[in-house]
Amino acid sequence: MSDAHTDNAHIDNAHTDNPYALSHLDALEAEAVHIFREVAGEFERPVILFSGGKDSIVMLHLALKAFTPAPVPFSLLHVDTGHNFPEVIAYRDRTVAEHGLRLHVASVQEFIDAGTLRERPDGTRNPLQTVPLLHAIESHRFDAVFGGGRRDEEKARAKERVFSLRDEFGGWDPRRQRPELWQLYNGRHSPGEHVRVFPLSNWTELDVWQYIAREKIDLPAIYYAHEREVFSRNGMWLAPGEWGGPKDGEAVQTRLVRYRTVGDMSCTGAVDSDAVTIEQVIEEIAASRLTERGATRADDKLSEAAMEDRKREGYF
Amino acid sequence: MTTTAQTAATSLLRFATAGSVDDGKSTLVGRLLHDSKSVLADQLEAVEHASRSRGATAPDLALLTDGLRAEREQGITIDVAYRYFATPRRRFILADTPGHVQYTRNMVTGASTAELAVVLVDARNGVVEQTRRHAAVAALLRVPHVVLAVNKMDLVDYAEPVFAAIAEEFTTYAASLGVPEITAIPISALAGDNVVTPSANMDWYGGPTVLEHLETVPVGTDPSADPARFPVQYVIRPQTAEHPDYRGYAGQIAAGVLRVGEPVTVLPSGRTSTIAGIDALGEAVDVAWAPQSVTLRLADDVDVSRGDLIAPSAAAPATTRDVEATVCHLHDRPLRVGERVLLKHTTRTVKAIVKDIPSRLTLDDLSQHPAPGELSANDIGRVVVRTAEPLALDGYADSRRTGSFLLIDPADGTTLTAGMAGASFASAAAPAPADDDGWDF
Repeated sequence: MSDAHTDNAHIDNAHTDNPYALSHLDALEAEAVHIFREVAGEFERPVILFSGGKDSIVMLHLALKAFTPAPVPFSLLHVDTGHNFPEVIAYRDRTVAEHGLRLHVASVQEFIDAGTLRERPDGTRNPLQTVPLLHAIESHRFDAVFGGGRRDEEKARAKERVFSLRDEFGGWDPRRQRPELWQLYNGRHSPGEHVRVFPLSNWTELDVWQYIAREKIDLPAIYYAHEREVFSRNGMWLAPGEWGGPKDGEAVQTRLVRYRTVGDMSCTGAVDSDAVTIEQVIEEIAASRLTERGATRADDKLSEAAMEDRKREGYF
Repeated sequence: MTTTAQTAATSLLRFATAGSVDDGKSTLVGRLLHDSKSVLADQLEAVEHASRSRGATAPDLALLTDGLRAEREQGITIDVAYRYFATPRRRFILADTPGHVQYTRNMVTGASTAELAVVLVDARNGVVEQTRRHAAVAALLRVPHVVLAVNKMDLVDYAEPVFAAIAEEFTTYAASLGVPEITAIPISALAGDNVVTPSANMDWYGGPTVLEHLETVPVGTDPSADPARFPVQYVIRPQTAEHPDYRGYAGQIAAGVLRVGEPVTVLPSGRTSTIAGIDALGEAVDVAWAPQSVTLRLADDVDVSRGDLIAPSAAAPATTRDVEATVCHLHDRPLRVGERVLLKHTTRTVKAIVKDIPSRLTLDDLSQHPAPGELSANDIGRVVVRTAEPLALDGYADSRRTGSFLLIDPADGTTLTAGMAGASFASAAAPAPADDDGWDF
């Protein structure tokens, strides 16, 4: 601590002669914090989408740092598919309590029970999240919605702005996006419209993991290798559960696995892994020949433009 | 080895590519991503699958970079996309901008945050109008480093004189616009010469490959050379039992270095105080610099709010309500003299009127068209804007961050125009005499 008071020692510039150079993580952190503060300065009712996945956890960590020593001036919104990993829900509730945050939950199950949404034949609830999400945005009159989406995740997301205007139906029109220049983010919107904000736009999966390591951020245990009952479907290891698996002919076995992404249990696959520490996870990702979503997300494989189509309808 | 190196702290380079439709830009980008092993197996498989379903016999690497349904269907790129790749030495954010003439605004968008621009030229065609246009946009946006990639060298027998002539013509032209650093590299994106690996076909070339240059070009400016600029984003006042009196001004340092104990002036009010403390995301520090996001505490209880600018009293900018700037008009709705707009400068948004549009620039030959009356989408021109409140505005030449602004439609919030305050092009070797209304080049 005492050193930091005089030479800003937390800045990692050991790899260059320029004493003012920022490491890529410091540059990404400064940019993300700037984005959080712009939203706090310009919007009335922002909310952070929080799933208990690593990207939303990093997002919350950045928000906490951006406003310290004051509390985060945003509440959280979880779109609960009803098919979540229990470890993730426990993490969510622990985090909300620890930081004294306010959590809103939009429940897919409630919409199914009310007859507003219908279960899909394949049991996947990920695409069903859009309706409860838009309902929550409308009923709480949220005008800015932070998402943990990254442009490196998917080719439609590579085209998305940091401040992404959505129409009154929550829809995204890639041809009508506002050009975004310098660090001048335009959050103006008409009543009924809202803006999706992506502070991690310029981060990659490896950046997120390196930042988690540097900041010593606690994650749900399922991100690290553990023995788990799984069965194979469409080339992915899925966890059995009330969501509807395994079916006949799908044999359950116990394997050493971990998760690269955390979403709905019906479409989030585990990967074989013996990485039990964060250093091992980082090494594994750096050496992987598969993208995060290619390895573990069934919903993006539905069609060549699956993500673009969902985003046009209001998905995050 | 790669694994260990890739996980170490590295620097970040933001760069943009520009090239005409058939100059091989997609191939170069695809080659950079592919040869730096940034294309993963499932992405390649998806490209192969999509290429086959379109009847192609070889994977079309352009499908890696065209993300939207309409782009893939039409085989064109309609918008800027951002790509991410890394080598053991550096992280890269690539603004992949469509090269078509009518998309000047896309190159302007990509160049606005770029520290380096790669301009592609077809070795068979040499420097053409489009090349000059790209050089002019890079100069206008003050991109610090420009790479001229002379592509398709395989189609001119890897001949050195061809490369040398193009490099000299381009360098002379770009230097006259004030582009500070130009590196010319002969390549074949298709064959892979000098993109990632040195070419055996061009042993006469002793310079770096494209990737090697991207990895080693110095990033960031020296903040200690510039006066500090701190736009206030948000006032942090916890009012908790633990911090009953904390009052901090949150923001990202736009330029320069700030130190505890430094006398500062708050603009536009002109009130003065001293920096009592700097909190770097929860950690007290004595010094901080651009582009760090920090929170400042001042010694005196002065009135400071979002939109104000804190600057060293010794080097505070003047405030003005009359803004003269070069702009790129972005929207399909034209910008007209007399129009009422909002002007967003750093964290401050004020009402403004477009008082005059003295000229429109023809990028092909840099000639100016006087008094065009309006600017259409993709037009670049000079404008004079009067604001309702004073702005602490620097020249864009001195600070890309505090010299830039947006014009916004007050009715629906549409982003209309991107602006750069002050003279248009960096003064070249022989600076032209100052001319209030005309182009300064």
